Amino acid sequence: MAARLWQVLTDPLVRQNPVTLQILGICSALAVTTALDTALTMAVSLTVVVVLAAGIVSAIRRFIPSTIRLIVQIIVVASLVIVIDQVLQAYFFEISKRLSVFVSLITTNCLVLGRTESFARNNPPLPSMIDALGNGLGYSLVLIVIGATRELFGAGSLMGVQILPTVDQGGWFTPLGLMLLAPSAFFLLGGLVWAIRSARPEQAEAAEHVAPAVAEAGR
Amino acid sequence: MTDPGAVFFQAMLVDNMPLTLFLGLCTFLALSRKPDIALGLGLAVTFVLGLTVPLNQVVYAALLAPGALAWAGSPDLDLSYLKLIAFIGVIAAVVQLIEMLLDRFFPAIHAAFGVFLPLLTVQCAILAGSLFMVERQMGLAESAVYGLGSGAGFALAVVMLAAIRARLAYADLPAGLRGLGIAFVLAGMMSLGFASFAQMAAQ
Repeated sequence: MAARLWQVLTDPLVRQNPVTLQILGICSALAVTTALDTALTMAVSLTVVVVLAAGIVSAIRRFIPSTIRLIVQIIVVASLVIVIDQVLQAYFFEISKRLSVFVSLITTNCLVLGRTESFARNNPPLPSMIDALGNGLGYSLVLIVIGATRELFGAGSLMGVQILPTVDQGGWFTPLGLMLLAPSAFFLLGGLVWAIRSARPEQAEAAEHVAPAVAEAGR
Repeated sequence: MTDPGAVFFQAMLVDNMPLTLFLGLCTFLALSRKPDIALGLGLAVTFVLGLTVPLNQVVYAALLAPGALAWAGSPDLDLSYLKLIAFIGVIAAVVQLIEMLLDRFFPAIHAAFGVFLPLLTVQCAILAGSLFMVERQMGLAESAVYGLGSGAGFALAVVMLAAIRARLAYADLPAGLRGLGIAFVLAGMMSLGFASFAQMAAQ
């Protein structure tokens, strides 16, 4: 049992990563990663929401008629997100302003609904919450990697602390402005997907069309 | 209200939902393998956004905004924190309606969407449209134009991406880059292209 729970927890970190393999929760993963502190805030908020939502949905799973399950799940998630949003506005106002609507958008993060719909709905609370925690951590991992890369190379700092001295301040590092713009997030995530799939070839998608074997006689 | 054409093109090109604001990426990437399916998705998103943003504007202005319940005798009431649940409810109802209509009249499109149609309820782009409407304090007409414009922008981007991916179907890509990986790189390049619209708007 413990071994199974451990597997449920660690599987989504890389092997079944929600962002790079399951295409879930990408929207927020890209939008909030211009700096590491917003990425961390988002990662923590999402993990808290998905764990609590999975626990609640799983606890009431026998009482939800399957026809209205989506509405019930969304309302559970939305209520949790409102709480998180109010907490952030109360204690981390600066960051919550920079995150703008993206905290509210955790409601519609496919990752949360994906976990409650596919796992929590059919499992007891403890495994559900552990599964949600694993997925939350897998998501956080991607956010932190991308957020750290973009802030380090885009502004030469991490968490607002200057790591690479920029030219403006008499150092040697010229910030890559592109890193702070939208396209770089796509390129970085694409590169990350490529790296993970090269390391784990079983994740690679099959080619849609296989090139027919060409006779080499003409050469 | 500012010029409706400007609002429309601002929402469609400059603030393009998937490419500049990273909204609705899950469906954007998952359903862009074939252009005809992408077109259907784009139309559905445009339709839903064009309906739900003004509907939510009415709900917000009449019931939730600070002081909106003055007619009911409670002028100090501020229910704006409930907007998330209210908006989701409206969106879920509209999406359900569209699903039933598609199932009845266009079974081919319905079959193509498969499991993704219920996901439109939880599509970030659609909820974000309503949330931006509140953040930017739009009126009814402006919100309708904004909803249609951002939906059109999503449709444009998803059809373009699908067209490029369809052409790339025969390309000899490295195994790890096939599918999702190359889609990200393509979206990044399209995003670079759309960044030029921001320059045009600035001038």
